[in-house]
Amino acid sequence: MIAEKAVKEELKTQEYFVNMGPQHPSTHGVLRLMLELDGEIIKKVTPHIGYIHRSIEKMCEKDSYRQIVHLTDRMDYLSSHMNNEAVCLLVENALEIEVSDRVKVIRTIMTELTRLSSHQLWWGVMGMDLGALTTFLYGFRDRELINDIFEETCGARLTMNYFTPGGLMWDIHPNFQKRVKDFITHFKTKLPEYDDLLSNNVIFRNRTEGIGILTKEDAISFGVTGPTARASGFSNDVRKHKPYSAYDRVDFKEILMDKGDTYSRYKARILEMWESMSIIEQLIDNIPEGEFQSSAVKAVIKLPKGEYYQRVETARGELGVYVVSDGAKSPYRLKFRSPGFSNLFVLDHIARGSKIADLVAIMSTIDLVVPDIDR
Amino acid sequence: MDRQSLQNIITTWSSEIEFSAAAVVADEEAGIKAAPGTQFLEVIIKPNQLLEFANKLRNEAELSFDFMFSLTCVDFADYFMMVYHLRSIAHNHELVLKVKIEDKEKPEVESLCHIWRTAEFLEREVYDLFGVAFTNHPDLRRILMDDDWKGYPLRKDYVDAVNMISL
Repeated sequence: MIAEKAVKEELKTQEYFVNMGPQHPSTHGVLRLMLELDGEIIKKVTPHIGYIHRSIEKMCEKDSYRQIVHLTDRMDYLSSHMNNEAVCLLVENALEIEVSDRVKVIRTIMTELTRLSSHQLWWGVMGMDLGALTTFLYGFRDRELINDIFEETCGARLTMNYFTPGGLMWDIHPNFQKRVKDFITHFKTKLPEYDDLLSNNVIFRNRTEGIGILTKEDAISFGVTGPTARASGFSNDVRKHKPYSAYDRVDFKEILMDKGDTYSRYKARILEMWESMSIIEQLIDNIPEGEFQSSAVKAVIKLPKGEYYQRVETARGELGVYVVSDGAKSPYRLKFRSPGFSNLFVLDHIARGSKIADLVAIMSTIDLVVPDIDR
Repeated sequence: MDRQSLQNIITTWSSEIEFSAAAVVADEEAGIKAAPGTQFLEVIIKPNQLLEFANKLRNEAELSFDFMFSLTCVDFADYFMMVYHLRSIAHNHELVLKVKIEDKEKPEVESLCHIWRTAEFLEREVYDLFGVAFTNHPDLRRILMDDDWKGYPLRKDYVDAVNMISL
């Protein structure tokens, strides 16, 4: 009896802390997670953020609305078209300017291409996080094709600054339609292959199925949006609920899953890529004629006094821009409701009880972009 | 539920509420068109009413505002305005709840993180950048700035020592 007690006391376990990051490959940026561990089991995850906080919101208070568009690229750099669009739509709606159909269609094609390229990168790094280096190379190879299309039309590959309040910086390149169609044809043959590569891999399935379950109620309470939340059955696609640009004239499905585990989040993004390709196919041959820049927007933009809120669906979820204007050429206060911020903080809730290796899988399907969190 | 019915319900809760229309709201007589996405009903209340209002907005079956999609603060000359954007998934209606904090020296307001979990981190951000203290918050620390940072950067009277912002 006494001996048994002594053994128990001797083998008493102790919880300990491990810092994951700020320089860890699977955090995809400068993010530090403080893990409270019992052996290999996670007891608590405390995210520490702010390593690359640039106070974009404060900068916006000094900048003109045209300059603010350029800052938004630097938040979620994988959704830069969508970020640009959020500010442009806000200005256009506040000034009650209607952009031409041509602009709307081109914007929609561009944002869907961005979503595709963002999901491609996510697919690549997710495979890499779980030890499959092949996916990383495949993902980047095909993403390059989209980057080339962007480069030709926008002049940039990552921070595009192509949308401006009132329209576009310039018209599309003459090769644009052909290259986009070529890409879609190419990627349609590749995507099933890529999906098989991971979905039919027993190691991948074992590491993702039933791991990191997020329920619908928790997704709503934590303010999680985007594919991460749709995999839990929370219908929150801004493109469906508050259609903007040309989303009201295309036919697409909002991908909803019900399990809410890591595999569902993976599958939701794969299926979303098919929807994005379908949207692009519906529009690419029907780009209407018209002006690419509205003449109604003045060089110096002043919004009428009041408050405005505009949301768009980025590759990661709902990006909201909240502006309080006092009638001056820069906003009195501007807030970005970034999807990454809310999505990150659900991590502690869904990772408790999993192993450290599972945390890597969970994190990669939440699809974090750190500048979007830190702003 | 439309804006008017929401307003009718909320009016009965207290006599000390202000309603203000968002900037671009449809007014057919004056010929003003509504801009999509900006049509929020705004309810302005006092800090001591917040917890009661938030609980009612979240829990009453006909309202059930279960999704807080934004929480922020605005520094006006005489007061801080807390701004909560709420949406009901079931009923698909939206509302902006605002709390006017008149005490600029020691701004304080009740935390809502027990009602909406996302508020915990958004409130930390407001605490970090505006210095608004949230009572009953489980973990009120700076989130973006360093722990030993002096001052609250998003306040209008904040002076940055190296003046990086106006460069």
